[in-house]
Amino acid sequence: MTTRQRTRVTVNGRVYEREVEPRVTLADFLRHDLHLGGTHVGCEHGICGVCTVLIDGLPARSCLTLAVQADGMEVTTIEGLRDPETGKLHPVQQAFVDAHGLQCGFCTPAFIMSTVELLRDNPDPDDEAIKEALGGNLCRCTGYETIIASVRLAARRLREQSGPA
Amino acid sequence: MKAASFDYHAPPTVESAIALLQRFEGEGLDTKLLAGGQSLMPMLNMRIARPQVLVDLGKIEALDYIRAEGEAIAIGSMASKRAAEDSPLLREQQPLFHAATLLIGHRQIRNRGTVGGSFAHADPAAEYPAVALVQDIRMRAQGPNGVREIAASDFFVTFMTTSLEATEILVEVRLPPFRPGTGWAIQEFAKRHGDLALAGIAVTLRKANGRCEDVRIGAFGVNATAVRLPAAEAALNGQSATTENFARAAAVAGESVAEPLGDVHATPDYRRQLVKVLTERCLAEAAARAA
Repeated sequence: MTTRQRTRVTVNGRVYEREVEPRVTLADFLRHDLHLGGTHVGCEHGICGVCTVLIDGLPARSCLTLAVQADGMEVTTIEGLRDPETGKLHPVQQAFVDAHGLQCGFCTPAFIMSTVELLRDNPDPDDEAIKEALGGNLCRCTGYETIIASVRLAARRLREQSGPA
Repeated sequence: MKAASFDYHAPPTVESAIALLQRFEGEGLDTKLLAGGQSLMPMLNMRIARPQVLVDLGKIEALDYIRAEGEAIAIGSMASKRAAEDSPLLREQQPLFHAATLLIGHRQIRNRGTVGGSFAHADPAAEYPAVALVQDIRMRAQGPNGVREIAASDFFVTFMTTSLEATEILVEVRLPPFRPGTGWAIQEFAKRHGDLALAGIAVTLRKANGRCEDVRIGAFGVNATAVRLPAAEAALNGQSATTENFARAAAVAGESVAEPLGDVHATPDYRRQLVKVLTERCLAEAAARAA
């Protein structure tokens, strides 16, 4: 029973190959095996969304994905957003700082991962699109107003950065 | 919580997956198929389910497609709900199925959750089974003896139970052509956006000379499986498309639901009321869309 599986996952551009027990979730694999603690764990059954990472570019619950399922896939976590050359925060991270999109910060990495994908496909989302994209992420202290403001600020900066349309 | 231990296999083809299912059945092992895992993983993490073996279909690329087959649309069971959401084919030709997809969970769930997984999991509150009953969607199951087709009405048996055999895999769902001019609607009531519905209704109908015909009403979240509501359909068939007639048919819908579920979230009477209200709204919405 429970034969360990050789699993090869690319996380934030780096390839990791590990022997993994099948029942280990991707969230626990990231935190305990790879020591990437920025991905948080809350409810562990897909409600709270704090474990959201990008799997092959799409936001997903890392508590509802087994590490072995991610074999051959590319995972991006909050640790992968900072500019590796300059160390500067990703524009979405900086916008959450500047627009006060966090209070305790527990849910923040997940909100940011969902936002990164939203703005990649939709550079100028209206509030409805923002709410739909972030509906799977819960915040229990900041309140959603400043989170939505952070997303709007990030969208504006990213549009300015990419030049006039 | 964390899942209990299990063994894990990720076969590359349907045939090799079936061979594994046969082997584990022979060994008497409790085996579950893993598709997107968005319903199974919570059950594993909470130890509601403790299978000895998981057979992951995630490596079977041949099951990941959405394509036109003649007038019908065939969806491979491992196509994600996000793929269904983004599919122009479904958006343009299967508006009811597409709208149902958008009601399922959140984007983070739809990115990993599969179309086939929702059918095979057979949650009574899921949207697709009701759409399947209303639209005569057919399932294709592959087992050791080949492929067989199963009508939606024969597929859903009871809570989380389908007529799939232990060595069969749902490989495709096939949507018959959506006749142009057909009116449709799907509405549900959930405590929070993205939650499983306390009750929901899916409707299709056609209009000829101002009268409703071929009225189909499916309810989900109220019984052990999604159900059609034939008494309410009969109450509107042949009648003119008026708000009074929608209200009358909706009243029949509410009364005719046999023994609605009752739980901490909603009493049977509350679900009956939701069926009535949602049916009335869906009939009006569908009639407005019917040409």
